Amino acid sequence: MLTILYFASVRERVGRAAEELVLPAGVADVAGLLRHLGQRGGAWEGLARIANLRCAVNQQMVALDSPIADGDEVAFFPPVTGG
Amino acid sequence: MHVRIQEADFDVGSELAALRRADPRIGALASFVGLVRDVSGGAGVSEMHLEHYPGMTEKALAAIVGEALQRWSLIDVLVIHRVGRLLPTDQIVLVAVAAAHRAEAFAACAFIMDYLKTRAPFWKRELTPEGARWVEAREADDRAAERWRQPGG
Repeated sequence: MLTILYFASVRERVGRAAEELVLPAGVADVAGLLRHLGQRGGAWEGLARIANLRCAVNQQMVALDSPIADGDEVAFFPPVTGG
Repeated sequence: MHVRIQEADFDVGSELAALRRADPRIGALASFVGLVRDVSGGAGVSEMHLEHYPGMTEKALAAIVGEALQRWSLIDVLVIHRVGRLLPTDQIVLVAVAAAHRAEAFAACAFIMDYLKTRAPFWKRELTPEGARWVEAREADDRAAERWRQPGG
């Protein structure tokens, strides 16, 4: 099972803050997960095309080609704007 | 090292006093306070909402402070970042760095802020006369963080 979190403008775009998802067959990295989510259509299709989309796996910021595995917490969000 | 994420305001005077009194080796205490402005990108801002990623935020800030402790000879570091609803003139963030001498304290304070702006998972949403909008990341912040990159790092 994956835990997927969405923050800020990305959360508003997909209309969801969090979900649990059985690791889809054939999905081995973040980019693969984005392709899988895009198959839902609608706002999900645009997720992978968000400019400067950021991703964290297990609360570490990573590149979109980073591997994911069962049990991971994956988060999608825009560039950070704190401080 | 102290990292706090909170909705409540903080008192800079008492925070700095507690930090400096904890260790008589401290000869320099540099601090930065970030504030909510009432203008952004030409539009008036009446309030701001700060969202974060609970869990990752604390880890990211601890990692940034940990890197500062490796780069400079520091005695203690305090980072407080507020979340939730904030109004113009409100305090958003405090970074305080205690060291024996000022050069390390100044440099580490700037480094921590530059990395916080580009690596800690906070997002600002502003309320303007045209409605609410998410604050866009600034390229200038990326460049500010870039200047701390070390060869091979």
